[in-house]
Amino acid sequence: MLATAVIVFREVIEAALIVSLVMAATKGLAGRNFWVATGIVVGVIGAGIVALFADSISHLASGMGQEVFNATIMFVAVAMLTWHCVWMSRHGRELAQAAGSVGSDVREGRKPLRALAVVVGVAVLREGSEVVLFLYGIAIGGDNQAGQMMIGFLIGLVGGAALGAAMYFGLLQIPARRLFAVTNTLIMLLAAAMASQGVSYLVSADLLPAWGHSIWDTSALLSDRSIVGKMLHSLVGYTARPEGIQIFAYVVTLGSIYALERWARVSPVARPT
Amino acid sequence: MRAIALALAAGVLSLAAISAPATRAPADDPALTLELKDHKFQPANPTIPADTKVKLTVRNLDATPAEFESEDFDVEKVIPGNSEITVNIGPLKAGTYEFYDEYHEDESTANLVVQ
Repeated sequence: MLATAVIVFREVIEAALIVSLVMAATKGLAGRNFWVATGIVVGVIGAGIVALFADSISHLASGMGQEVFNATIMFVAVAMLTWHCVWMSRHGRELAQAAGSVGSDVREGRKPLRALAVVVGVAVLREGSEVVLFLYGIAIGGDNQAGQMMIGFLIGLVGGAALGAAMYFGLLQIPARRLFAVTNTLIMLLAAAMASQGVSYLVSADLLPAWGHSIWDTSALLSDRSIVGKMLHSLVGYTARPEGIQIFAYVVTLGSIYALERWARVSPVARPT
Repeated sequence: MRAIALALAAGVLSLAAISAPATRAPADDPALTLELKDHKFQPANPTIPADTKVKLTVRNLDATPAEFESEDFDVEKVIPGNSEITVNIGPLKAGTYEFYDEYHEDESTANLVVQ
């Protein structure tokens, strides 16, 4: 039971942190809960489908289907996060003002909500499919421990959700006028983290060069597998032994988002909002 | 909207870049096959050469799915029941690298010896 709880918790952390960051970043937008919930539900359904076809997926791309699939998911999320940052750089001020009032209707807010719902969906899908496979393995393992397993699963799930909630309420301690500046920075870092993980999958699949392995090694200091390491890995892309191309992707993503934000700020708004 | 278009264009470009494989592993990379039965790896302490890329095949002979994982050589890959996967590992420096089936970590943990 405890083993189940630990594994589920570990898998849930990443999705939970991403969901809570997205929720903080969209605080005060009308329809936010609907879009986040939609992202989660679609992600859970998708996780089941991916788990069902796990065998077929791994045989795609000459046995590297899982890597290509995960990388694609990462790059979709990076595109959505980039778009969100750019959008926020143009509309952030209105939102910061609106965040103070409950149920404000910044109608434009639906746009970043849809983009971020996709991010939530793919985060849940990716981690969720591993949970589904794990539970399936126990279920057909015939240990007749279905009850124990369900309890373990729930403990892990609630634990992960609690961690996400803690981060969410922590972020909300930030004064409303500065909240979006902080969440926008966090979302930039999340995008860079995901780009770095995405290229790492493609290096594993032999589709990209590594440009050097273990550029540095901080695994003795903070292991990727520890809870803190895992949280930092999910949120800001901490990697104890990065490949050269991961660092490159990280820097390029941050630089591109920054440049696009500047460009969006100076270029005229298409229509007044 | 232009931002979406740009982001999409970047995505398409990167996909195009990866669909043209840059560095296919040459056929003469050393290969190693591991089998997973009753959540245990065979051979238990496989050895591979140092500073060389190795094509590692892992066969899961159990009916239950496994997640082949190593933090030490950075692999995380699901292996459905009665199925096999291939991963590229290394080049690694000489040493001992831990790996396991994450779904049965206690039973399955084993070491890869690089020398």
